[in-house]
Amino acid sequence: MDTVMLSRLQFATATMFHFLFVPLTLGLSIMIAIMETKYARTGDKMYLSMAKFWGKIFLINFGLGIVTGITLEFQFGTNWSRYSAFVGDIFGSLLAIEASAAFFLESTLIGVWIFGWRKLSPKAHAAVMWLIAGASTLSAVWIIIANSWMQHPVGYVLRNGRAELSDFSAVIFQKFAILQFLHTVSGAYIVSSFFVMGVSAYHLLKKQSIEFFTKSFRIALLFGLLFSVFTALEGDMHGVHVTEVQPAKLAAMEAHWETATRAPLTLFAIPDEKNEKNIIEIGSIPGLLSFLGYHDINAEVKGLKAFPKDERPPVLISLFSFRTMVGLGTLFILLTVIGWFKRNKLVESPLYLKMMLYSIPLPYIAIEAGWVLAEVGRQPWIVYGIMKTSDAVSPIASSQVLVSLIAFILVYGLLGIAGFYLIIKNAKKNPAL
Amino acid sequence: MDLQGIWFFLWGLLWAVFFMTDGFDFGIGVLYPFLGKNDTDKRIMINSVGPLWNGNEVWLITAGGVTFAAFPLLYSVMFSSLYSGLMLILFALILRGVAFEFRSKIDTKSWRNVWDISIFAGSVLPAVLFGVTFANIFKGLPINKSGIYEGSFFGLLNLYGILGGLLFLILFMFHGALWLSLKTEGDLNQKALSASLKIWPILLISAVIFLAASWFYTKLYDNYISNPVLFLDILLTVAALLAARYFIKNKEFLKAWISSSVVIIGSVFFGIIGLYPNMLPSSINPEFSITAYNASSSHLTLKIMLVVVIIFIPAVIAYQAWAYYLFRGKVTKEDLAYDESY
Repeated sequence: MDTVMLSRLQFATATMFHFLFVPLTLGLSIMIAIMETKYARTGDKMYLSMAKFWGKIFLINFGLGIVTGITLEFQFGTNWSRYSAFVGDIFGSLLAIEASAAFFLESTLIGVWIFGWRKLSPKAHAAVMWLIAGASTLSAVWIIIANSWMQHPVGYVLRNGRAELSDFSAVIFQKFAILQFLHTVSGAYIVSSFFVMGVSAYHLLKKQSIEFFTKSFRIALLFGLLFSVFTALEGDMHGVHVTEVQPAKLAAMEAHWETATRAPLTLFAIPDEKNEKNIIEIGSIPGLLSFLGYHDINAEVKGLKAFPKDERPPVLISLFSFRTMVGLGTLFILLTVIGWFKRNKLVESPLYLKMMLYSIPLPYIAIEAGWVLAEVGRQPWIVYGIMKTSDAVSPIASSQVLVSLIAFILVYGLLGIAGFYLIIKNAKKNPAL
Repeated sequence: MDLQGIWFFLWGLLWAVFFMTDGFDFGIGVLYPFLGKNDTDKRIMINSVGPLWNGNEVWLITAGGVTFAAFPLLYSVMFSSLYSGLMLILFALILRGVAFEFRSKIDTKSWRNVWDISIFAGSVLPAVLFGVTFANIFKGLPINKSGIYEGSFFGLLNLYGILGGLLFLILFMFHGALWLSLKTEGDLNQKALSASLKIWPILLISAVIFLAASWFYTKLYDNYISNPVLFLDILLTVAALLAARYFIKNKEFLKAWISSSVVIIGSVFFGIIGLYPNMLPSSINPEFSITAYNASSSHLTLKIMLVVVIIFIPAVIAYQAWAYYLFRGKVTKEDLAYDESY
């Protein structure tokens, strides 16, 4: 394998592993902040032990998120040096702003939160968690703005052989970034709420600490229901925008080969990229693709054949990741709606609880699939339309990258085992009241 | 001074502050197997930096991010040239961070042993490798006309590079020993104190050797000779090193630690001042060197980033100072009884 492919695999390994921890951090921090605030207001010790129970899991998860995030920033320089030199003017600044305006606050305060129980009043301690939650969200804002610029570059001029910033506010307020941020963060809240519901379900099934876990479950259920619905509606808007600015991605994720008006949506297909057709197509709904892309059943949707062969994203991966994301997203709405009706008789609904316990991994799969679609669907471009991934890689020997890729897989594999072992161990503990 | 010049020194300052803050975390990790003879002492050592190490490490992220934002070409050439060394540093930092977080979560010997090794290795490697890296930057790297590195990882392990690595290692051990002297009591405190006394003369000798070696291996002194007032940086650094010894003798550990902080900042700036305006001198041909002027971002980006830094870095310093203040005082055995301790 060449340096490009190895570097892509390495970045994919590192980001996807990192993103196993980010979503739970984003959502759980808010839920813990709510619990602590309730404790500070009411003095009810139940909320304190809730914050401590979920806090322990939060910290293990947070720690893994932080250490795996560091490698990402540096990999742009180590593996994608031509990209870095080309876009540093814009992309680099966004990462630097993230570090100085958000990540600093988050990392400094996490120490204060862990060790500050005896040094701060309950109110101040709750405020620290609110700030951590706010700073993590702000981190996400800047990272998503940076990624959105790769998806849809704006506010730049090509000068001195690189992309230079010409309009800062165009970069940070662009529609793509806003839509992608809302989609990612609401997806992260689904991950967190399913996590809390699943762990609570485990304990409710064992009939232990029933009041504690019923309360936890309900806080998470409200989150889960709101954001499952929101993510789907918002995802539709995001899809329309992607259709407009990244038509090749839309065509790939739908395995849509021929440009057509009243384009059909195929529920399931297996593409044959070589012969530019689908081997199997199941469930074609006329006009639906036009409707989803343009909110108009007669709209013309560009097919893959409208793009040169070397400017098409991998069809199979785009197609499957999109279907995985959307299919699971629909299931989340269903599960949380059922939960809403069962919220007052959770203990009497063992089947539902069991379903929720085993659903913990599903939002993780959905959110990773979403990222696969976003990133693989952008190929062959690293910056859509202006720089190809193959031109972005560092002038380094592939053997170096092979060694580091193997190291990533080994180290992250072991960390993953140790980390999830600790998370599961703590999640199974009956909380101290 | 122009924008590029301001950014050059800001860049140096961010790295220096990273070494000053995370430096004592590294030092404690290096001293860890030598001073931490039982589990209690080990835990006190980790908990002495427990609330702070996370925030300290972000100075690295910010230094890296600012390199990317203000000097994209430097970021691109430096990090791809130093690929293997940087990867080693990153893995070491991952292991160290996870070790702090995980070690006390399970109370078995084999579990804790794994993380003890990680803490030591995760501290020694970055301390030495950052030293090796910066010494090689001071000396110049074989960078060709197209900004491609024509050397290998082992090429970095030359005499001057190794001297830099040892100097950083000893400097951080000293810094860490002083932090432990400040934060501990009883037997461990005695051990930390005697470690700092033993390290001090070695540090002094290494510093002198490094300053002398720099004369032969680098062009750093050119800037000093053309502008002798700059020698004040070296004088100040040496004075701070002497002051540290004086404060240790008087058991004024906070002042001693502040002095060693000044030593670290002064040492980094010894190189930064000497480099200016180079950021990555080419040892093949000075014309291929990466400088603050040929590597910088556009004026617009430099201006926006300057505003960002002027707003946020003082804020960061303020709330980090508050965190340091909040967790002042000794770490005791009683502190370890709490659930949240490392």
